[in-house]
Amino acid sequence: MRYLLALPLLALAAPLAAQDHDHSATSQTAPDQAEPAPAPSDHSEMDHSAMDHSTMDHSTMDHSTMDHSTMDHSTMDHSAMGHDMPPASNSAPPARALEGPLHAADAIWGEAAMRPAREQMAIENGTFRTASLLVERFEARLGSGDAYLWDMQGFIGGDLDRLVIKTEGEGEFGGALDDAEVQALWSHAITPFFDLQMGARLDVEPDTRSHAVLGVQGLAPYMIHLDAAAFLSDRGDVTARIEAEYDQKITQRVILQPRVEVELAAQDIAERDIGAGFTSFAAGLRLRYEIVREFAPYVGVEWSRKLGRTADIARLGGDDPSATAVLVGIRTWF
Amino acid sequence: MSMAPLISRRVSRRTLIRSTASLAALAGIPMAGWAQGMGAARKGSGELSGEDISLSIGDSHFATGGRQGHAIAVNGSIPGPLIRLREGQDVRLHVTNNLAEDSSIHWHGLLLPFQYDGVPGVSFPGIAPGQTFTYQFPIRQSGTYWWHSHSGLQEQSGHYGPIVIEPAHYHGPAHDREYVLLLSEFTPMHPHDIMRKLKVGEHYFNRQMLTATSGEMSGADRRMWGRMRMNPRDILDVSGSEYSYLINGHGPADDLELTFRRGERVRLRVINGSAMTFFNVRIPGAEMLVVAADGQDVDPVAVEEFQIGAAETYDVIVQPADGAHVLVAEAMDRSGMGVATLTSQPGARAPVPDLREPVTLTMADMGMGAMAGGSMAGMDHGEGSMDHSMRDLSLLPDSVATGPGVDMVAPMSADRMDYPGLGLDAVSHRVLRYTDLRAASANPMRAPERTLQIHLTGNMERYMWSFDGQQFTAVTDDPIRFGFDERVRVTLVNDTMMAHPIHLHGHFFELVNGADATHQPRKHTLIVQPGSKATFDLTANEPGDWAFHCHLLYHMHAGMMQVVTVRPLA
Repeated sequence: MRYLLALPLLALAAPLAAQDHDHSATSQTAPDQAEPAPAPSDHSEMDHSAMDHSTMDHSTMDHSTMDHSTMDHSTMDHSAMGHDMPPASNSAPPARALEGPLHAADAIWGEAAMRPAREQMAIENGTFRTASLLVERFEARLGSGDAYLWDMQGFIGGDLDRLVIKTEGEGEFGGALDDAEVQALWSHAITPFFDLQMGARLDVEPDTRSHAVLGVQGLAPYMIHLDAAAFLSDRGDVTARIEAEYDQKITQRVILQPRVEVELAAQDIAERDIGAGFTSFAAGLRLRYEIVREFAPYVGVEWSRKLGRTADIARLGGDDPSATAVLVGIRTWF
Repeated sequence: MSMAPLISRRVSRRTLIRSTASLAALAGIPMAGWAQGMGAARKGSGELSGEDISLSIGDSHFATGGRQGHAIAVNGSIPGPLIRLREGQDVRLHVTNNLAEDSSIHWHGLLLPFQYDGVPGVSFPGIAPGQTFTYQFPIRQSGTYWWHSHSGLQEQSGHYGPIVIEPAHYHGPAHDREYVLLLSEFTPMHPHDIMRKLKVGEHYFNRQMLTATSGEMSGADRRMWGRMRMNPRDILDVSGSEYSYLINGHGPADDLELTFRRGERVRLRVINGSAMTFFNVRIPGAEMLVVAADGQDVDPVAVEEFQIGAAETYDVIVQPADGAHVLVAEAMDRSGMGVATLTSQPGARAPVPDLREPVTLTMADMGMGAMAGGSMAGMDHGEGSMDHSMRDLSLLPDSVATGPGVDMVAPMSADRMDYPGLGLDAVSHRVLRYTDLRAASANPMRAPERTLQIHLTGNMERYMWSFDGQQFTAVTDDPIRFGFDERVRVTLVNDTMMAHPIHLHGHFFELVNGADATHQPRKHTLIVQPGSKATFDLTANEPGDWAFHCHLLYHMHAGMMQVVTVRPLA
């Protein structure tokens, strides 16, 4: 069963592999634009100043009679040509472009007056921080035992770095809370569509336990929302969870959302009746109506099944490893 | 029904001067903040002229159709006053800020000393609450321009107005009457809420998304768009679901009427003063003669419809047949329209056309210029190869910073100067293209001394927008540098699937649009089509610091901005 330890890592690797194959992008450092790019060729021996382009009339030139084969292109300064060819890289501005103050307005209004305005301008144009709470699922699950479930996440932060809080849980109406967990994660953009998330998870039920979390969340090709994470518990147990969902618009307001969730464990966890391997699978279909974008009631159905050794454990305990529930709930965000 | 401000050349000069002066007296008196408090803004501009002009910015309230909410009015109206000047005069503009936050006015398209350009943090410190700032500069040009706030998101709320500068000597086609038509939007939603919803709500304002059954796109094409994680209906970020489209502050429900007499040639000075909207402008059944672009005269071009990007201006001359005509400014995504009536019979109305079918992006908009025209599904891609080719970072020059803020690289961006704009390529009547524009008077003959390529970059999903992969916040001390009087050929490469109207302050550049080198049209704002490139020649002959940005307000707010420096200072 040793190979099972690799499963959570595979689970993590799968969504990453589904991305753009361009992770090198994140390791590239931004070029310092203040540093003039080297000119493509050495013009130091040419005296451009003696050339008077303004008097040249290119329109009367007959290029058809020119024999290009004898031209030495290596000495041409393409950047000075008025042709429509993009340069391989930008050439440096002339020396006079670097003369004078960095900020011209400082010379007129004073640095003390300009600095706060400049800082405000920088914040206004490209630094937008906000917070949001998405209640993805808040539903009654009507089946063999009527239950309720919540699944929500919120964030606070900017474009690339955010604090993300996730919580989900489930319980029976009139009964005890079966599962409840909350995660606090630092979420950092690593590609255009994916964030790397790491932090802590605290289980309140079925028993108090804490975990370290490492995961990815984002938008996979074909517009699939993906959330995959591996968990290392304070007892050394390794588990993983992958959730994927897709929004299919039926009309501008009616949206059908298929959703699947898979859970894995790297080892048996006796006190939670979990066996090593794939532990559970759930597939749901929710049809929601957006009364407004922020508020959408839905109905749905979900089929779930315990898998492998975990299913065996359930059967030994006299439980049915599979269940079907009719769902009624709301999706909302602020 | 209401009347727009009207200047008729048949009105006697004396009457004109008297009415202008009284309007100026009425509109020009700065009022205390509490006095203009939350009164409803008047719809349409008053008019101010002369060497001393006073403007007062204040909180207001605005209502049109079923929508109402907070607004910012200048001298109590939306749009604010029409500032009518004459080439060669000097002007002092005294601007009082009665808001509770800093404000500013940028004189869009005017050639002036950089410290009076009106961009807080770039040209001056801004105008603090309760303060009056005086801009003063000589008027060195003529044409149709506009002014607007360059502070935060105030422009969305009504803080804008038209500028008309009479030429010292006019050589263009004659007209008998003129109207300014300032196109804009009203929304009761606070602009910061709009920005927030653009960041966190997926396609929040888009009510024209492809659904399971709508649209004519094949299954294979749908899967391709899905694989790229792009939405072929991303035409405008904010749509008619939230905006009421205004002409001179009048929504469709406000029934704006512009009158003319039979046989008159009417000059329409069309200004796109909107925050986020490209408009397609037409008067069904009437031909429009385009005589100026961005205030600069061009050889007349007859068209039946033209697209105008945010911040662009076009002057057209129409000679409508007797009767009523409807003037339609339809949002590019066809989610709504501004409507006015042009009529020789007061009270008469022409039928308003229906909104046309929503626009869907094509391969050319993905930057596959060379392959445009065919179905994407006809292309033989291995699974996943498309993803790679839609973000091949090796195609970018070293000057572009790559990272999560760049979700696409146009694989084969084409120059689309001959493209009339999204949706207008499929209409049967004559539409304006940038390649139709030819400067009416010659520009100095100058060959470019240098070329510069700037990439327009973004991430639609995260709503990040930038130049060369860097949001403005990251490059405030790293400007785009030009030497004084340097002649540079600048190519803008649009690595996004949205059209961007790119504006350079304080200069006119010349579009490299196929016109002969001395007659390339002069513009201050240039639409770069999705996945395409566009080139202009710039003579950087205005020393100082100048803002350079996408004129879609929330794109600029998300970082699509830079500072251009021209050195040495005079």
